[in-house]
Amino acid sequence: MSTLDSKIPEGPVADKWTNHKNHINVVNPANKRLIDVIVVGSGLAGASASASLAEMGYNVKTFCFQDSPRRAHSIAAQGGINAAKNYQNDGDSTYRLFYDTVKGGDYRAREANVYRLAEVSASIIDQCVAQGVPFAREYGGLLDNRSFGGVLVSRTFYAKGQTGQQLLLGAYSAMSRQINKGKVTMYNRHEMLDLVLVDGKARGIIARNLVTGELERHSAHAVVLATGGYGNVFYLSTNAMGSNVTAAWRAHRRGAYFANPCYTQIHPTCIPRSGDYQSKLTLMSESLRNDGRIWVPKHKKDVEAIRSGKLKPTDLKENDRDYYLERRYPAFGNLVPRDVASRAAKERCDAGFGVNKTGEAVYLDFTAAIMRYGSEKAHTSHIHNPTDAQIRELGEKVIENKYGNLFQIYEKITDDNPYKTPMMIYPAVHYTMGGLWVDYNLMTTIPGCYAAGEANFSDHGANRLGASALMQGLADGYFVLPYTIGDFLADDIRTGEISTESPEFEATEKDVKDRLEALINNKGSKSVDHFHKRLGKVMWDKVGMARKTEGLKEAMAEIKQMREEFYKDVFVPGTVDEFNPELEKAARVADFLELGELFAKDALDRNESCGGHFREESQTEEGEAKRDDVNFAFVSAWEWTGNPSESNLHKEDLKFENIELKQRSYK
Amino acid sequence: MNLTLKIWRQKSPSSKGEMKTYPVKDISEDMSFLEMMDVLNEELINKGEEPVAFDHDCREGICGMCSMYINGEPHGPDRAVTTCQLHMRKFNDGDTIHIEPWRANAFPVLKDLVVDRSSFDRVIQAGGYVSVNTSGNSQDANAIPIPKENADLAFDAATCIGCGACVAACKNASAMLFVSAKVSQLSLLPQGEVEAKDRVLNMIDQMDDEGFGNCTNTGACAIECPKEISLDNIARMNREYLSASVSK
Ligand SMILES: Cc1cc2nc3c(=O)[nH]c(=O)nc-3n(C[C@H](O)[C@H](O)[C@H](O)COP(=O)(O)OP(=O)(O)OC[C@H]3O[C@@H](n4cnc5c(N)ncnc54)[C@H](O)[C@@H]3O)c2cc1C
Ligand code: SF4
Ligand code: FES
Repeated sequence: MSTLDSKIPEGPVADKWTNHKNHINVVNPANKRLIDVIVVGSGLAGASASASLAEMGYNVKTFCFQDSPRRAHSIAAQGGINAAKNYQNDGDSTYRLFYDTVKGGDYRAREANVYRLAEVSASIIDQCVAQGVPFAREYGGLLDNRSFGGVLVSRTFYAKGQTGQQLLLGAYSAMSRQINKGKVTMYNRHEMLDLVLVDGKARGIIARNLVTGELERHSAHAVVLATGGYGNVFYLSTNAMGSNVTAAWRAHRRGAYFANPCYTQIHPTCIPRSGDYQSKLTLMSESLRNDGRIWVPKHKKDVEAIRSGKLKPTDLKENDRDYYLERRYPAFGNLVPRDVASRAAKERCDAGFGVNKTGEAVYLDFTAAIMRYGSEKAHTSHIHNPTDAQIRELGEKVIENKYGNLFQIYEKITDDNPYKTPMMIYPAVHYTMGGLWVDYNLMTTIPGCYAAGEANFSDHGANRLGASALMQGLADGYFVLPYTIGDFLADDIRTGEISTESPEFEATEKDVKDRLEALINNKGSKSVDHFHKRLGKVMWDKVGMARKTEGLKEAMAEIKQMREEFYKDVFVPGTVDEFNPELEKAARVADFLELGELFAKDALDRNESCGGHFREESQTEEGEAKRDDVNFAFVSAWEWTGNPSESNLHKEDLKFENIELKQRSYK
Repeated sequence: MNLTLKIWRQKSPSSKGEMKTYPVKDISEDMSFLEMMDVLNEELINKGEEPVAFDHDCREGICGMCSMYINGEPHGPDRAVTTCQLHMRKFNDGDTIHIEPWRANAFPVLKDLVVDRSSFDRVIQAGGYVSVNTSGNSQDANAIPIPKENADLAFDAATCIGCGACVAACKNASAMLFVSAKVSQLSLLPQGEVEAKDRVLNMIDQMDDEGFGNCTNTGACAIECPKEISLDNIARMNREYLSASVSK
């Protein structure tokens, strides 16, 4: 298993997907009834895959650790979903979406996959509308769009600030329909703790029933991992508390290569942390950058005055403000891609211009938009000579309509009214572009084990554009995986049900049992959170927004040492066979402690800056990221060898046949 | 601030529960309610005791997982928020806070503050969808324009997070607000209209089978609902139900 075959179909990029679908094996409808598929995860990728596979006739078993599939973390996505519909007639096309995504990903994604993503994007919107997803509409009754960072067209569909919720509930309802028909069996409050291989193929999982604590064996002819991202390796992130790497990591340990673990997206607009007790960070959707302008004071004396409460940001004159994104990137302004916006905020704060007590915050200001919308509204409502206060009021209504729930979230957390005073924001870990390596069929290096959604590495290269994760999750689940999986399953029409009484199931279950018992019986002196927080701090300080050789080496050593300490000194209360949230956390953090080290190793190995990965050694004189296409135009796929620091590197060379490699510029 | 917490502790679904008292110290008013619970749990763990089990995930008011009955109100004293969005600035130094799980026959307690809400899933499975397969050739999304007003109303109903506070707030433990939100969303859209009759009948049947109580129009549900789902939805569902029953 040392060569990576990406199985990219022959032919021109625009024909690859159609050709491929025409040539792969398919399973006839009667035979599909003889085949079982396990889907781990009920987010956009998992729910859509479960629904589609069941509609086609497969017997599907779906797992999630929450109490209902509707609560998968996709529910929290706010801003929107991209699709090349060109409803706004602004020159959008499949090619343009493809181009933007490859460029946005800083030329570190596979062209063929990205093209396919762009190609199926339009069908996603059609499908969701057919399901009753209430997207935002214009007064004429047609669908509305907004713009996201890194692009010059308006192609993002949205449902206020709750797009993920509406899309997930659409997929959840499609899946519920199949549950009702008996084609999907749903296992809520179940956590996959290992993958079972029989004759080298993925044939099942060991899952823990989180209510009773019982370990269960589940078999199938193929296993799909749609288990989300691993941003919580940083402890603080915008991910949900339960988001974790365990399913992917356990598959990795069983032979699935892990690709580009260090590609992390640090989102520029999150609510800054307020204290040590902080348990998570909250995103303020990128869509806000459509209407918000980002700034810090120009002069240090004003920074001081603001921090000490002597000066209000609203009292600072235009001339004394530094709209640094508009200054540095006049073409894209506040809508530069996320990685660029995050680094620019860090640069200003490191230089001492941060506007809150900790010095880690910049302003996101809606005044200009409020006044602009207010004047428009006054005009269309035939209000003559409106006062500033009237304009403001009208404008605030428009803003409320667009972002009401985000403003409410902000106010609840900070106790500040963002209609009246600018929001304070700072970058936070948000999304992981890295994940399990998959080929064009979304199969990992373990035959029969697939990865979809954020759990795989495939489409976003080194930086994901806003509103593209929802698109990818649903593309994978509705339109890609249900077809490509047939190519593998066609060999299984005569296999019959896979028994769970085999030595393989037995041995894997025992592994899991031993692991959990070791954690419970450890009886150390420190809580799981203690270790998770420490790991997060090392990751953020040394493997965060800026990375350099020395820090990365230190991080690797520190994480290794922390892992040893964890196994000596962690305390997990309760028992194995009961509802035990601390034990769940412990098993997840144990895996984060391994992933963290590989993450740092990958970052060390990639001695170039690209997308969200910024190596201080590799920058231009102006401090912009410098990519190195001669030496690093490849995907790093790591093979587990028993120890994260000794993982084996396999390279998938990236070939760009349709898009010319260029240094990204948003100036 | 310093607080006294009185918390429902129950080891398992079958065991008997009781209220237990825990003092907590140095709570910052910028903490969320769940961060305050984290502080308590960390203390319990450090003392070698069992932490309090509670449901939570997104901690930003959207997944619907958190579910605490605080001082006699689901999601606590603040309006239009979930427990995870409730902040300690709503409390005062020296307060005693009572924390219990949702109470309803259809939501049995699993442990401490954790309840089983899978009855909600089963109500959706009974009909909370549009019967459309994934095909890749559905008609174009803009083929049927939808009046913005209806789209907006459907959206408002669709923002229900399935938390169950409406049930916990209701003296009859009725699920009408939750069920009507889904029925309304789909009946307001042309895509959902086709199956509207069967949907409302099947979902209400399931709701009754799960053991949710009857609606007596008290309106406590809408007051406690973190997403401000409107009582209009219940009225709309009642109309739908009546017309569907008549035509059956
Ligand atoms: C706050 C926030 C806002 C966002 N906004 C946007 C946006 O506007 N537009 C956009 O395109 N993207 C956005 N994203 C990114 C996007 O939401 C995610 O990348 C995407 O939803 C991931 O979907 P998924 O199906 O891959 O995984 P998830 O939705 O995370 O689902 C993972 C599933 O796997 C299950 N699971 C995990 N591990 C196990 C296990 N071991 N056993 C059993 N089950 C398991 C979970 O229970 C869950 O059901 C946002 C992300 C965040 C955090
Ligand atoms: S109607 Fe409101 S209270 Fe009831 S489940 Fe939905 S969001 Fe929760
Ligand atoms: S934890 Fe998700 S709504 Fe509270």
